[in-house]
Amino acid sequence: MSLKKRNLRQIVAFFFLTLACFLVVAPVIYMLVYIGLQGAGAINWEFLSQLPRKRGIEGGIFSAILGTFYLMLGVVVFALPVGLLAAIYLQEYAKQGRIVRLINLSIINLAGVPSIVYGLFGLSFFVLLMKMGSSLLAASLTLSCLVLPVVVTAAREALAAVPNSLREASYALGATRWQTIRKVVLPQAYPGIITGLILAVSRAAGETAPILVTGTAFTAIIPGSPFDQFNALPYHLYAVATQVPGIPSEIKWATALVLLGLVLLFNLTAIIMRARLRAFKRKWS
Amino acid sequence: MRTRKCGKTFLSEGHSPKRRVGEKVIEALIRFSGWITLIVLGLIMILLFREGLPIFGYTDPVSFLFGTTWLPVSSPPVFGILPFVIGSLMITLVALVIAVPIGIGTAAFISEIAPTGLKELLKPIIEILAGFPSIVLGFIGFILLAPLVQSVFHLSTGLNGLTAGIMLSLICLPTIISISEDALSSVPSEYKEASYALGATRWQTIRKVLLPAASPGVVASIMLGMGRAIGETMTVLMISGGRLSIPTNITDPMSALTARIAIEINNASFRGLQFQALFAMGIVLFLITLVVNIVADLVLEKQRRRLRA
Amino acid sequence: MKRIILVFLALVFLASSCTSGLGPGTSPTSPAGGNIVVKGSDTMVNLASAWAEEYEIKHPGVKVSVSGGGSGFGITALIEGTTDICNNSRSWKPEEVENARAKGFEPVSVAVALDGVAVVVNPQNPVNSLTIDQLAAIYTGKIANWREVGGVDSPIVVLSRDNNSGTHIFFKEQVVQAKDKQAEYGPDVMFLPTSQSISDEVARNPYAIAYFGLGYVTREHKVLGIKKDTSSEAVKPDMSTIKDGTYPVARPLYVTTRGEAQGLIKEYIDWILGSDGQKIVSELDFVPHATQK
Repeated sequence: MSLKKRNLRQIVAFFFLTLACFLVVAPVIYMLVYIGLQGAGAINWEFLSQLPRKRGIEGGIFSAILGTFYLMLGVVVFALPVGLLAAIYLQEYAKQGRIVRLINLSIINLAGVPSIVYGLFGLSFFVLLMKMGSSLLAASLTLSCLVLPVVVTAAREALAAVPNSLREASYALGATRWQTIRKVVLPQAYPGIITGLILAVSRAAGETAPILVTGTAFTAIIPGSPFDQFNALPYHLYAVATQVPGIPSEIKWATALVLLGLVLLFNLTAIIMRARLRAFKRKWS
Repeated sequence: MRTRKCGKTFLSEGHSPKRRVGEKVIEALIRFSGWITLIVLGLIMILLFREGLPIFGYTDPVSFLFGTTWLPVSSPPVFGILPFVIGSLMITLVALVIAVPIGIGTAAFISEIAPTGLKELLKPIIEILAGFPSIVLGFIGFILLAPLVQSVFHLSTGLNGLTAGIMLSLICLPTIISISEDALSSVPSEYKEASYALGATRWQTIRKVLLPAASPGVVASIMLGMGRAIGETMTVLMISGGRLSIPTNITDPMSALTARIAIEINNASFRGLQFQALFAMGIVLFLITLVVNIVADLVLEKQRRRLRA
Repeated sequence: MKRIILVFLALVFLASSCTSGLGPGTSPTSPAGGNIVVKGSDTMVNLASAWAEEYEIKHPGVKVSVSGGGSGFGITALIEGTTDICNNSRSWKPEEVENARAKGFEPVSVAVALDGVAVVVNPQNPVNSLTIDQLAAIYTGKIANWREVGGVDSPIVVLSRDNNSGTHIFFKEQVVQAKDKQAEYGPDVMFLPTSQSISDEVARNPYAIAYFGLGYVTREHKVLGIKKDTSSEAVKPDMSTIKDGTYPVARPLYVTTRGEAQGLIKEYIDWILGSDGQKIVSELDFVPHATQK
């Protein structure tokens, strides 16, 4: 093939690749801008701090914000310790081999389970079997199971990134394995672990299907205990978008914007932290 | 980063008996936690089967899987889920047809063509897309995309498999892009350099050397993207149209397994027939995604081994 | 890092402490305080919420929480004990009553309002009325094109609530099964998850037809007159035609409790049946029920 023909082919091919990228980026930006423009008008302090009135036609979305906040808290309380300990086992204690391979497989599979199947699991296990009823607690635990793979994977990477030389130095000073982990490895791995936690929490905040089945109710009431039902942003958006007639469209978009904004805020924080981590690591090695 | 007191020697803290016991306890906890993901996965399987298998005493598995009528609240109730299996597959197919070429193309663009500055801008944008809650995408699909599809294709309604598939492709794209991009950039640079040394253009190198070398990773990304598409609930719930009959065309309104479960589970009387049938659908979903994920993992493992050699 | 955690925890305490002052009647320790949980029919959910809001204003200290989800959802919830009151826009089925008895109670329903189920189309649709038979044929799929009922030459986009909805079941029994007790919704019917999606789709799709409670009808819909048969007058749903029964697709709306209502719940239901509650019924385009106290 002549050089000219080859170069021509390359130009055409590169054009299509660029087009492909554009086709991904353009909708993202369009959606962000559209939601922003449609919803920003309705967001003010009252919207964020007041309870819904008249089923969401008036008032604000505070109960939804609080519910989402409690859910995120639940994920931190349940998924972080368990996920972290699991990651420590996999990274620091376990011998690489068939067992680890099996657990790796289970992590990948957990990550791929559909969210509604998590909902069914939560319904059958937490709501019914453990008799928690339709509640904040059941929903929190269900979401914690859902984000467990995220926490474990991120924590593992963070632990793996700690240079072995630090561990060896610690052993040389006479420390036990746990002492080394606690005082040397973990402090180094904290930023990576927190990044993973932020991603997990943001994922939990955006999920609708599992909480639909385990505990949400479209009420204006603040849950008084973990055994109460609750409202949360994704569910509130679902309800105002599809169940309640007469809601002005700015309010629907504004709710979408708040949810999107919250999730993006968390994701961007994690991205920035990761970038700074990478820059820092380059300095170290 | 603050440096901790690494200098403090552990010898001074000593290995007192109390410390040894405390440590043993923690280590036992750690060893137990290592298994937690396997335990949760096992629990999910056990509970799905526990709640869902009883339906096969009422409807045999063949009639369930291949039955075309779904009448859960009639007397007598009929449970056939074939229309939903086909619906899920159709919508996933549409999503993949859109997401695979665009996703791989974008991955190649980011990995090989984009300058570093642009790369640092594009990767966060992909992660932003990945972070979009599915309910928001469903909402946008309902309000913006459905009327558009209806008028462009002259259909009687925009709530159909095509619209659902398009929004679903947005959900698959981040997975396909990021894993394919990883696969492409982990191809050893010697391959690239050898190709240039032989006089190939950049595009020829991408097409004939890099993509084939990264193909296990790319294939895995497609499978994982497919898994996400099959498992997606809220987006499909809002825009696929809700028809219970077998769809003949992607522009038909249809139902998916996930959406069906979500709509009906809250009003099925606990442990009644409808409840069992919905859990059985959960089993089907779970098994499909299990198979897809295991295959994807095997393919990825093949790439890892190939690169290690 | 520790500082961030401390700030986070402080925010949590702040959030939980400042919520105790918000919302109507949130203090559980005030006299005549209490919680009432209401779940069920989406047709009734606006009405129920309006009642709840008004009642909480008149009786501070009482919290009434209302959710939709469909009559089926409410009935299940009452049986399982996750709600105090169930709103249902259809009557309980025999199996459901059996389930309730198995759980140790007799479900007691009280009619609190009357509702007309409006059949609506897009304002651009030239069709003005349909007979019950035509409606049944459309919803079973026997009539698939608008021109068969006097409209344009285009396929009919048939919309319906899903099977968790009391309205779905009521419409099936009243219209679809009017002549043929075994009839089911046709294969092309689109079951949208919620009333609002149906409302939105009819408002923007010229070929759509749908049914829902009068309370969901907006200016963007066109309500059809319904004829009992080809020789009758076409009747549109409104206060008088629903009350005197000339509108053929009307039904009572119920609240159901576990056994006879007592205490706080009884007071609430009595209030609903009283003049205050029934005034709200009219305001929301439902028809006050005859059994007023």
